[in-house]
Amino acid sequence: MAHTLARQLAHGFADPVHEGQAVFRAAMEALSRPGRIRPLAIALTPPAPLTPELAALALALTDADTPVWLDAPLREEPAVAGFLRFHTGAPIVASPGQAAFALIADPAGCPAFTEFAQGTPAYPDASATLILAVETLSDADGPAFAGPGIRGTMRLDAGPLPADWASRWAANQAGFPLGVDLLLVAAGRLAGLPRSARPAAPEATPCT
Amino acid sequence: MNAQVQIQVTASPGTGYNFAYLDEGTKRMIRRAILKAIAIPGYQVPFAAREMPMPYGWGTGGVQVTAAILGSSDVLKVIDQGADDTTNAVSIRRFFTATAGIATTTRTAEATVIQTRHRIPEAPLAEGQVLVYQVPIPEPLRFLEPRETETRQLHALAEYGLMHVKLYEDIARHGHIATTYAYPVEVAGRYVMDPSPTPKFDNPKMDDCPALQLFGAGREKRIYAIPPYTRVRSLDFEDHPFRVQSFDRPCALCGAEDVYLDEVVLDDAGGRMFVCSDTDHCETRRADGHTGEAA
Amino acid sequence: MYVAVKGGEAAIDNAHRLLAEIRRGDPAVPDLTVAQIREQMRLLVDRVMTEGSLYDPDLAALALKQARGDVVEAVFLVRAYRTTLPRFGATEALDTGAMTLARRISATFKDLPGGQVLGPTFDYTHRLVDFALADGAVPEPAAEAEPEADAAACPRVTDLLGQAGLLEPSPPDDGAPVGDLTREPVDYPADRAVRLQGLARGDEGFILALGYSTQRGYGRTHPFVGEIRVGSVELDFTPEELGFPVSLGTVDMTECQMINQFHGHGAVPPQFTRGYGLVFGQGERKAMAMALVDRSLRAAELGEAVVVPAQDQEFVLAHCDSLQATGFVEHMKLPHYVDFQAELDLVRRLRAEHAARTAEPDEPTLREAAE
Repeated sequence: MAHTLARQLAHGFADPVHEGQAVFRAAMEALSRPGRIRPLAIALTPPAPLTPELAALALALTDADTPVWLDAPLREEPAVAGFLRFHTGAPIVASPGQAAFALIADPAGCPAFTEFAQGTPAYPDASATLILAVETLSDADGPAFAGPGIRGTMRLDAGPLPADWASRWAANQAGFPLGVDLLLVAAGRLAGLPRSARPAAPEATPCT
Repeated sequence: MNAQVQIQVTASPGTGYNFAYLDEGTKRMIRRAILKAIAIPGYQVPFAAREMPMPYGWGTGGVQVTAAILGSSDVLKVIDQGADDTTNAVSIRRFFTATAGIATTTRTAEATVIQTRHRIPEAPLAEGQVLVYQVPIPEPLRFLEPRETETRQLHALAEYGLMHVKLYEDIARHGHIATTYAYPVEVAGRYVMDPSPTPKFDNPKMDDCPALQLFGAGREKRIYAIPPYTRVRSLDFEDHPFRVQSFDRPCALCGAEDVYLDEVVLDDAGGRMFVCSDTDHCETRRADGHTGEAA
Repeated sequence: MYVAVKGGEAAIDNAHRLLAEIRRGDPAVPDLTVAQIREQMRLLVDRVMTEGSLYDPDLAALALKQARGDVVEAVFLVRAYRTTLPRFGATEALDTGAMTLARRISATFKDLPGGQVLGPTFDYTHRLVDFALADGAVPEPAAEAEPEADAAACPRVTDLLGQAGLLEPSPPDDGAPVGDLTREPVDYPADRAVRLQGLARGDEGFILALGYSTQRGYGRTHPFVGEIRVGSVELDFTPEELGFPVSLGTVDMTECQMINQFHGHGAVPPQFTRGYGLVFGQGERKAMAMALVDRSLRAAELGEAVVVPAQDQEFVLAHCDSLQATGFVEHMKLPHYVDFQAELDLVRRLRAEHAARTAEPDEPTLREAAE
């Protein structure tokens, strides 16, 4: 059994120390500068529908101390949990509320943010980070955001997302300092949306 | 069998320790704390600080944050009191040279990661730079309320009246606020934060700064952050606005004005001179041809 | 001309070379071996293992040698080494009831099953300096005990008292994971397991003084030494893949169970309560002091008012660690001239303002109004 598993198992980072660091730094930059899209070059070939970017963030950030929740498409493919368990040792949990990290391959079907850990007034950090694999990611249009990490305002468009996305995010932000934080990944790219990012009216294009 | 059990050793040759000393599990734990700290600006995230091979109080928090973020292409600058050549700055720089084999610099503009104790460099920081502060007492309310259980509630309720009372008592007693360093700030309109024992002269540099600012307190096991371009307001009153120290003379070596100066005692007859606390700033200016009265 | 008083790399290197030379002392005197420290400075080695949270007599002895006999520095070396060690899991709880005893005394019963065993102790020695030791006197061999028929039957005094309901029961294992303050930051209020871990790692002098303070009226707990036992205990570990415990060997431990008067409250009848101390090797002073402080820290749980330092868990846990304390006290040696400059500036200003006020006593109101 273990033998078969090992043969079928996709490999993890070839250089866990430096690849893990590079992925973390990309995530750190992404959350520090909400909406700014960063390159994320990944050489992993995880079992579908786990994308290379989802896999890379899971490998870089999760371990036995971080319960991970998988959305339905990821749960339906047992090789995904097998891959994550083997490479990270993270416990896979059934309920979104127990998770420190949520991996979401179908962002349009993402559960309500309030189903995930929001933190408490005393410990707002005890909250979930959601990693969503989107198909499109653009900073040229879409809703505008302001707040820490953003000079003026910044736009970020991603898809597919649930229809009530804007009101969901507004509610998540209004609960600050409680709430969830998002990392949005597309092929080779990453953007962050921490709970501190406020919906804003887009600034008039500055005269340059 | 679990892949995590394998011990990954990727270090500069000969140290026997992992790259940047910390094991990967510890780095991940610190990295997760950093991400939450960035998402909740000014909030102190508890983290399981490790016992480092240097004493508590000597920068173990800053060292752990630096070790967790550092990559092989980073260029590290370490300063203490603004200077690159003070003993503890030398010691920490050597620690990372030995355990991570990375490039170091004394030039503020060339560094990607700057670890600091008690100063913010005079040269403006840029996007892409990370400033890591060593923090002794992260809790801005600690000297007003020693209990963690109490201060945690005060932060949860955003109840900062105590701090304003303290500052106001200063004004009643001295006619002005008598806090000169570790001067409390409000971050992004929510959390009151201790900027570490930097002189209040440096407080304005924290506001709307293009660089990411990370704070590590090892003994007290807290990490907090100010994302780039974040509003950082020094606490004050309408009738007593925040003001920084000013020196009534320029640096004696490079002639710089509007910088923080060290007072150097020259003799036992009252002889004094004032020179830049930021050694890189002073050297850069002198290399550019600026001179002060003593140069 | 101005010369910056700043250390350089060369100065640090030279200081460390000088330290190594001074550590060695007079080269005409034979070099101290780690085995000598381990065998002949054993109580010191035990203390370093306890406060260092690592059971390794050779490593602790080497740390003491490297630290020139400075206990806190040796604890520091052991702790910094410990952090980098991989973790394989947690052992089963120690069964101190099955301890192979070197010493076992009770102050609450004159005789009890298993008897009183004095073992190796300074108690009742006259503290007269033994000058014969300076000449390398060889000790007489120790007397051998008669093997007893039921040597195994040496139950814990607390188990004997517990049978009659006079002593509160030891809390049952609730199966909840045991906290580890080396892996998670302390979250106040901390549970008893985390408090005990903090006390075990805590500085012996600090814990001793706190325990002593409870005896002098700062939170009196009316303690009795139910039992102190010193000896070796089997250490069992259950590897995930085996599913049953295997022995890893034995460790030497000292356990102290204090029994404290308690008047009961609400639905809880009057009964004796417990304070617990456990350290590596032979460390009775630390184990006893730890047990006193453990009981005091249970104040809130037992419905007692928290009024003195030994009852205040934030005060005790935040300050008992010798490494945290020594680091922060000694960091005052580091340069602080940036902060000092700021204070110097302030004091000069305040003095100037004071002088102005003293010179013109009627002025302050006017000046303030003008500001």
